[in-house]
Amino acid sequence: MSTAAEERSARAPWALTAPALMLFVGVLLIPLAMTVMLSFHDWGQYKGIEPVFILKNWREIATDSYYAEMFGRTFRIAILTTLLTAVLGAPEAYILNRMSGRWKSFFLLVILGPLLISVVARTLGWALLFGGNNGLVNKLMMSAGLIRSPIPFMFTETGMVVALAHVMMPFMVLSVWAALQRLDPQIENAALSLGASPVTIIRRIIMPQIMPGVLSGAIIVFSLSASAFATPAIIGGRRLKVAATLAYDEFLNTLDWPLGAAVATLLLVALVLIVVGSNALIERRYAEVFR
Amino acid sequence: MRRNGPLALVFHAIFVIVMVAPILVVCLVAFTPEGYLSLPTNGFSLRWFRTIANYPEFIHAFWVSLGLGALSSFVALLFAVPAALAIARYRFCGRDALAALFLSPLMIPHVVLGIAFLRFFTSAGMGGSFAALIIAHVIIVFPFALRLTLAAATGMDLAVEMAAVSLGAGGWTLFRRVTLPLILPGVISGWALAFIQSFDDLTMTVFLAAPGTETLPVRMFLYIQDNIDPLVTSVSACVIAITMTALILLDRFYGLDRVLAGKGDTGR
Repeated sequence: MSTAAEERSARAPWALTAPALMLFVGVLLIPLAMTVMLSFHDWGQYKGIEPVFILKNWREIATDSYYAEMFGRTFRIAILTTLLTAVLGAPEAYILNRMSGRWKSFFLLVILGPLLISVVARTLGWALLFGGNNGLVNKLMMSAGLIRSPIPFMFTETGMVVALAHVMMPFMVLSVWAALQRLDPQIENAALSLGASPVTIIRRIIMPQIMPGVLSGAIIVFSLSASAFATPAIIGGRRLKVAATLAYDEFLNTLDWPLGAAVATLLLVALVLIVVGSNALIERRYAEVFR
Repeated sequence: MRRNGPLALVFHAIFVIVMVAPILVVCLVAFTPEGYLSLPTNGFSLRWFRTIANYPEFIHAFWVSLGLGALSSFVALLFAVPAALAIARYRFCGRDALAALFLSPLMIPHVVLGIAFLRFFTSAGMGGSFAALIIAHVIIVFPFALRLTLAAATGMDLAVEMAAVSLGAGGWTLFRRVTLPLILPGVISGWALAFIQSFDDLTMTVFLAAPGTETLPVRMFLYIQDNIDPLVTSVSACVIAITMTALILLDRFYGLDRVLAGKGDTGR
């Protein structure tokens, strides 16, 4: 009898996960494989997609400087967005963590809530704030004496970075916040009682301990920014293309699906390599923190 | 613990204002009485909310989004609940790989998913259909449904189930009368979070939607690409209001901090 029960409990997890597994193989893995294959197909204005195996699309991406420039822009925007969220989000998470109970949960809600609000609506808000050269942001900064002439935000990389940083900020705050929860406040008090200055405490005590949080937040922000679509499309307009908007154009305007598939495949592979690589680096560097 | 200094509070104030400003400005402009984009300086007006009624494509897109979100989140749960129970309770070979596979839609850029689904469903002769949208949305909301159900199933007291078994309950009765009620808060929250994800998705859906199956974000995006006027701000204000309502429900049922904390490590 016990063997029958054992056999059943060995089979149970597979029986329970089988439907989901079949779903994922059938409508996730197969479509992804088809996309990779599509990137090797040929395409012509009149003949459409030809299912042959050629390197035409990959050669075009490798040799045409347009794609180098576009991927360069994509990753430049992603890096700047990541830096901006880290520089502003980490201190904010620290300040938030030091607030008293009710305020803490209120502001946490205010800062994290936007995460669940439509990206289109949030980006539209930035488009309204930027609004040409006499937008609200420029007016405010000029009247505060921060800048002399208006900064062009719409249809520029600057505008894309600002709007993207806003969209991604909750991920960074959350990640640093999670790291701060593991931090023992007594260590800070101990340093204080030993005569450390506030600057020293932040530099020597807080920073090293929240660094894993900042880095894992940075990975999330980077990979989401590099593949972002709505914000670059609305703020960047039709001319300033990033990888996601270019792939969209190839698929729905030019109809050169194989080339679009190649761009998407390259984006996916690059991101997986970067994310997996930096995750491994962080885990090795901060092995003791994760233990 | 030390308190925040004045400098920290100033930083905090500016930070919060910047975080709220874009959302606030959309909601304010939606109430403008003017025919162009402007802040409502001469009183508030519902003019642009009434104008939505003259655009049946927005109304239709809203119903598509609502149905799609509700249905795909429900279907995702049908698959996710058994999978979550298996992952929470059994240690079996391939468990980690399965969990990673089920969470992988979080890591794959939505633009890549959109392309993959477009290619797949077009080849299958289902391009632009509502059924294709449902299947695609089930995949992208699955990780959220799974994660919250998993959290509930992991925290569940197995002794209650054993008691039920010793009293003769088994199989379906055990699940329906004991297990499901115990994990229900997690399941409902998983549904709500999945719904919000589906309701807000643009990047993947924009590849799949055809005229007639356009969701609200897709309709809004295509509209904004042509021109930005107060109409799209009033539509956005409605979307924000709907999301806020879902958020409040989520907070009541489950605690928003737990939901968001689960969403925070999407990159891992």
